[in-house]
Amino acid sequence: MTHSGLLACHECDLLQREVALPPGGKAICPRCKATLYTQSNNSIDRALALMLAAAVLFAIGNAFPVVTMEIQGRRTAALVWEGAWRLHEEGETVVGILVFLTALIFPLLQIAGMLAILVPLRLGLTPRYLVPAYRTIEEVKPWSMVEVFMLGVLVSLVKLAHMATVVPGIGMWAFFGLIIALAWASSTLNPHEVWARLEVGEPEPAQ
Amino acid sequence: MSAPTAARLGFLACHVCELVSRPPTGAAECACPRCGAQLHSRKPNAVARTWALLIAAAILYLPANIEPVMITSSFLGTQSDTILSGVAYLYHSGSWPLAALVFLASVLVPLLKLFALSYLALSVQRRSQLRLLPRTRLYRLLEFIGRWSMLDVFVVMVLVALVNMGALANIRAGAGAMYFGGVVVLTMLASMSFDPRMIWDATGDADG
Repeated sequence: MTHSGLLACHECDLLQREVALPPGGKAICPRCKATLYTQSNNSIDRALALMLAAAVLFAIGNAFPVVTMEIQGRRTAALVWEGAWRLHEEGETVVGILVFLTALIFPLLQIAGMLAILVPLRLGLTPRYLVPAYRTIEEVKPWSMVEVFMLGVLVSLVKLAHMATVVPGIGMWAFFGLIIALAWASSTLNPHEVWARLEVGEPEPAQ
Repeated sequence: MSAPTAARLGFLACHVCELVSRPPTGAAECACPRCGAQLHSRKPNAVARTWALLIAAAILYLPANIEPVMITSSFLGTQSDTILSGVAYLYHSGSWPLAALVFLASVLVPLLKLFALSYLALSVQRRSQLRLLPRTRLYRLLEFIGRWSMLDVFVVMVLVALVNMGALANIRAGAGAMYFGGVVVLTMLASMSFDPRMIWDATGDADG
């Protein structure tokens, strides 16, 4: 038995009625001031466009070096997976796996997963995999750390600047674009709307 | 006088899709009718799990700060850097805003998380009714800043990947990097295990 229209604050459990918001509006819990949900026009269309951009930028960011360094005529450039592999080769496998997951695999899952959900929704389809897929993405999200990784790249650049010539590569600009696209997409998309659409297509989820 | 919460009125709110539903009578546990996630009124064993993860993180915090995170070797010699000496290095090389940033992300944030989560867990155990809103805001802040502590781990990774020129210049990761990564992951898990709704549960003690 479900009660649509009812909403429990995820931070203080206060039960309240879901109300329609004007575009750009934001519902805030009266008791603990948590943001409950937001409303934006064409949220699924916009999120889809931003996620497509994110996919392209992610591909560029991982195909081209983020930074290139030159010491006395010798050049090195680094991609994310190469850095992770180097850590593994030096015996710091745990750290290597950690950065590999948080800077590469989880962002990839987040982008690919969102596309796999938004494209069918846009086409009006609701295949059965959408519900578990969306659940997985919501769990992965806090571990996808592209923006922290980029700040790390900037700090490294400053640290290296005195001993070598460091040049930001195409990959870095792609990553900056990626951060903006991901942040924008997640602020645009209202998860309540996605869940509501999934519910229409699938009244009886498997469990 | 207690506020109408889902738990008090016999509803369960799904922690994944936030659907509010009423569990079938007599069912101890059930799945969300919309998304299939396991439903529970509060995160299971939230306080115990938070404590366990916090204690583990506190233990790793020591070697994370004592062991070197990075070992630089060049024709000038070899130098080991801990988290703090890395901050000092940035400060002395003239980039104090960056030094402040790294200090904030690598030193202050993990400490704040350890102390603030302990405070939140303790206050929930004591069913404190004080400062409900500030405590919720503190939790919200912890959730937001926790991931930024990974900063130093990424710095080590980029330096290790780039500075790889044999005798000329070479940077290796130290054991501290692994402990530090452990602290970040464990404190993130600890704050995810905590349930901020328990802060507000204390307000309805009168009617259980």
